[in-house]
Amino acid sequence: MSADLSELYQQVILDHNKRPRNRGKLPTANRVAHGDNPTCGDQCSVYLRLVPDAANGSDRIAEISFDGSGCAISQASASLMTTQVKGKSGAEVDALYQQFHEIVTTGNAPEEISDLAAFAGVHAFPARIKCATLGWHAAIEALKGGPEVTTETHTD
Amino acid sequence: MPPTWKNVRADFPVLHQTVHGKPLVYLDNGATSQKPRSVIDALVRYYEGYNSNVHRGLHALSMRATDAYEGARTRVARFINAADPAEIIFTRGTTEGINVVARSLAATLKPGDVVLTTEIEHHSNLIPWQQAARASGATLKYVPVLGADAEGGLDLAALDELLTPAVKVFAFTHISNTLGTINPVAEFCRRARAVGAITVIDAAQSIGHAPFDVRALGADFVSFSGHKMCGPTGIGVLYGRRALLDKLAPDETGGGMVVSVTYEDARWKPAPERFEAGTPNIADAIALGAACDYLDSLGRDQIAAHDAALSRVAMEKLSTLPGIRLIGPRVGAERSGLVSFAFADVHAHDVVTFADEDGVALRGGHHCNQPLMRKLGLTSTTRASFYAYNTEQEIDILVASLRRTLKFFGAG
Ligand SMILES: Cc1ncc(COP(=O)(O)O)c(C=O)c1O
Repeated sequence: MSADLSELYQQVILDHNKRPRNRGKLPTANRVAHGDNPTCGDQCSVYLRLVPDAANGSDRIAEISFDGSGCAISQASASLMTTQVKGKSGAEVDALYQQFHEIVTTGNAPEEISDLAAFAGVHAFPARIKCATLGWHAAIEALKGGPEVTTETHTD
Repeated sequence: MPPTWKNVRADFPVLHQTVHGKPLVYLDNGATSQKPRSVIDALVRYYEGYNSNVHRGLHALSMRATDAYEGARTRVARFINAADPAEIIFTRGTTEGINVVARSLAATLKPGDVVLTTEIEHHSNLIPWQQAARASGATLKYVPVLGADAEGGLDLAALDELLTPAVKVFAFTHISNTLGTINPVAEFCRRARAVGAITVIDAAQSIGHAPFDVRALGADFVSFSGHKMCGPTGIGVLYGRRALLDKLAPDETGGGMVVSVTYEDARWKPAPERFEAGTPNIADAIALGAACDYLDSLGRDQIAAHDAALSRVAMEKLSTLPGIRLIGPRVGAERSGLVSFAFADVHAHDVVTFADEDGVALRGGHHCNQPLMRKLGLTSTTRASFYAYNTEQEIDILVASLRRTLKFFGAG
């Protein structure tokens, strides 16, 4: 197996693909958004329970789950995303997504980022970047209160 | 030297390369075929030797270009046994041809009329009819496909019930790009004629792979793409029966398609010009003629037999893989030169990425067939599609690659 391919399919990714975290509908959700990757048919719905955070005057993610279907990269990324954004505010999720986007498009992962760095290998497969970002787009849309996103309207 | 089956691969320059260090195994012919040297040469000859606009110049190059362009029309007419070259309209491809027919026919439809199509159509033979029905108030109906894996083909009993005199248009594919199913198109045309419905055949997947005779079928309209039949991209053909073409209003208007124009009005030329407004795709039409020559020198009946033999071998070998779900006609049943499958635990995207590492070009996705995928409970399949230059050895490389992928994901 080539170095690029083993970079892409890291152990962390294979693990999240096989044993997805926070998978399924969230009965208590007060936000949901659906993400679609029309070129390959990957789908991902993200469910959030947002609670007001009085200290900041904004909402925080109290609970999160996802479901959908797609390749190992898209499913593992959505699974890992749910573990990373729980407890965060919209602004914090946006900031984390910027870092994740940097990782998957350049392959450079900053020191302090641990699990998300597993996706650095994606940058060598530009066609797969949309797979890695699908769950994130759905989560960000859900935070904004939008119902549906498609990766076709995103430049990544 | 005319092409022969002995050295087909030598005719295709692109095949002779490595991908990720492995010899290229090109199994994405359903998406687009490769081009033989003779087609590439026809393009170069045109651009280097007589590039010029058609039908309007009186100078030598323009006359040569016009002769070659009209010669290509005659060649394509012969390729599908059309009665008259004027029945050949050059388009951008299958999609454009179907859209032209659907828009033109929409003007003749009214509420209460039925447009009939099938559940296995490519989006390009589905959405134009949705639009035509919406614009005219006609009702769109679908012939269902049978079987949990769509292995049963279209439901002919249901077709009998659906095909009433209210049906004005029956649009169907010859070969399914997702399933490999070969529809009984002669039978469909016969039944449609009996109720007076106009037939529109999507021949994208069949035209370069099997003999096709519009008069024997009694087809009214047929649309296909050059790029899937060894020709260039950007050129396709809409065949229309002369009597129908001359009744249809043009879809686009402009230069080259008018007899006379005043500030108030314009009068159309007859077909084909009335459907070819503007400067046509001269070079690619000429090269499409060369593709017809190439395919006929191999023999389309022999190409069909070669494709079917590869499919048979592929189906047998693939069916031994753990957790595989084969879509379309069962092992041993008639099918075209493509196979489509899904694994329980490994997604098509991952399969395609791993195969690419092994030099194998596959297609993974919904194949522009979302409603059918939904009906089958799938979001995507992996497809291997064959052509004259593919070999049994390449199928072995494919199967070995799939085994390796399954093993990697712990599914093998
Ligand atoms: C059955 C079928 N119909 C229509 C099309 C559309 O052809 P094109 O994209 O060349 O217009 C395709 C191509 O994928 C096809 O397989």
